[in-house]
Amino acid sequence: MKTLTAAALVALIAVGVGPAHAAEGEALPKYDWSFSGIFGRFDRAAMQRGLQVYREVCSACHELKYIAFRNLEALGYSEEEIRTLAAEYSIADGPNDEGDMFERPGRPSDYFPPPFPNAKAAAAANNGAAPPDLSLMAKARPGGPTYIRGLLLGYEDPPAGFAALEGLNYNIYFPGNQIAMVAPLADGAVEYADGTEASVEQMATDVASFLMWTAEPNLETRRAMGVKVILFLLVFTGILYAAKRKVWSDLH
Amino acid sequence: MSGLKTNNAVIRWIEYRLPIFSFLDHAVGSGYPAPRNLNYWWNYGSLAGLALVIMILTGIMLAMQYTAHVAFAFDSVERIMRDVNFGWLIRYIHMNGGSFFFVVVYIHIFRGLYYGSYKAPRELLWILGVAILVLMMASAFMGYVLPWGQMSFWAATVITNLFSAIPLVGESIVTWLWGGFAVGNPTLNRFYALHYLLPFVIVGAVILHIWALHRFGSNNPLGIEANGPQDKIPFHPYYTAKDAFGFGVFLLLFAAIVFFAPNSLGEPDNYIPANPLSTPAHIVPEWYFLPYYAILRAIPDKLLGVIAMFGSILILFVLPWIDRSPVRSAKFRPIYKQFFWIFLADCILLGYIGSKPPAGMFLIIGRIATAYYFLHFVIVFVLSYVERPRPLPNSIGEAVLKGGGAPAMGKAREKA
Repeated sequence: MKTLTAAALVALIAVGVGPAHAAEGEALPKYDWSFSGIFGRFDRAAMQRGLQVYREVCSACHELKYIAFRNLEALGYSEEEIRTLAAEYSIADGPNDEGDMFERPGRPSDYFPPPFPNAKAAAAANNGAAPPDLSLMAKARPGGPTYIRGLLLGYEDPPAGFAALEGLNYNIYFPGNQIAMVAPLADGAVEYADGTEASVEQMATDVASFLMWTAEPNLETRRAMGVKVILFLLVFTGILYAAKRKVWSDLH
Repeated sequence: MSGLKTNNAVIRWIEYRLPIFSFLDHAVGSGYPAPRNLNYWWNYGSLAGLALVIMILTGIMLAMQYTAHVAFAFDSVERIMRDVNFGWLIRYIHMNGGSFFFVVVYIHIFRGLYYGSYKAPRELLWILGVAILVLMMASAFMGYVLPWGQMSFWAATVITNLFSAIPLVGESIVTWLWGGFAVGNPTLNRFYALHYLLPFVIVGAVILHIWALHRFGSNNPLGIEANGPQDKIPFHPYYTAKDAFGFGVFLLLFAAIVFFAPNSLGEPDNYIPANPLSTPAHIVPEWYFLPYYAILRAIPDKLLGVIAMFGSILILFVLPWIDRSPVRSAKFRPIYKQFFWIFLADCILLGYIGSKPPAGMFLIIGRIATAYYFLHFVIVFVLSYVERPRPLPNSIGEAVLKGGGAPAMGKAREKA
């Protein structure tokens, strides 16, 4: 009977490992993120470049609704730089005392304005498929930032005999391989402020880093606190174990 | 003042008017004798209590920031994650606390199954425990709907639709549950109300559970009743110290997930706002519901599937009368012990099948595993007549103390 149980468990594990990998097309290209691992941290320079890619490329179609300009302080910008950056945007406000809506320069407390007035307008301008908000993308897809990077690098010519539907583009990492988004990046699409060469791979990596931060802005705080909590609990649990041993030692 | 000795005048004054100190002492203190041979599998009851307290505290804090409206729920959760002080911490504790609550309760239940804790005279104690499980499942399901992500919405749609399987009145019942003709704002509002209410109902059920426990005291690894003082030790300080150590280990594992992998137990799809017009490729419940989901989908008929799914839990209510063997502990039931492990493997297999699409091999394995789940209870019934249990020790003290002294105690516990 014992062997039977063991056999069942082995079979269970084997089944579990087997088809799980083969399920969804191509395996994502691996990338060693600065923020992976227990002590991983965000790469400020990469995130600043990623912000630039978002502002100059992605933001034409994609919203970033949960990020306020003030949040960019976490990327290493000073208050003054954020004020300047925010002022480059025109924000709809109002109604004023006359009852009219008006446009004004952005303030640090404002959020990134949406590229389209509503989802219907976004869909109408994009062949019927509204581009999704990017704030949480790195948590809303299996693979997270690795998926975002892979997707941006996954545009290829379709294999012979693959007939993509009207208006859809072939992408090896997108589930189903047909994506509405046209390949958004081309070498040199942005001119990086820090002089880094703007290859497609560089931009894809940078924007994925940036989007990991937009999805999980408290990642560094969380891990730093986690290390302290675990250390405390290790010591505390050790003391509790010693206390338990002491209490039970008189039992006979 | 039953037996409470204190020099503190304030405590004496209160105790005389409201004997709460002696009450606590009899509940979890030195006035509550417990079997001396409880192993670490007996830690999970107090751990479940800890999990419940953590969930209620973090839940109340979240409720102060959350907005139960289809247009604002998702945004309000993101606001908690980004702008509320330590909001991310409170939410990640609550989100993963549900999973840890279920882990602890499932282990608690399987411990009861292994050591026969459901048998006379503890049937009501067991029934109250199963009732707590049902309440937990309802709370967890409704809580999962509140962030109003894609999985929230579609889980609510799938689960409430189960009631449409009821003949004649099913459709009307579903409309009544929704408060409309689809899952919508009234649904979210009532789920929020119930999600806030049910944990306090659980607290009530837990009080009854502990009350029933104290009538005859804990079962123990030997499954024989504790008789006389040599079989028992006071709950405090022995089990308070042991439970406190358990708390430390539990919190370590819990902290590891909350701080370093807070989204590992969830579905990425729930970070996409609910969209009634787009169905996710795979609608999967949280891991703790997967075995029931596998049973539901194993049966081709909707009504029978729903009956089997609810039956898989309801059958636990009558387990004390299915298992008629007078011997409690699997330690002395060589055949039952084997079937216990097969049953556990079957439940894990069902959980795995529940996470896979119901087609091909998965469907076939799911059907066999579902059939075996129910067959197990038939086996248990038959075993109570055909199995020859091994001889029981005369008393806990005799079994534990042979060889004498503390070291023997340690050895006995290692073996158990």
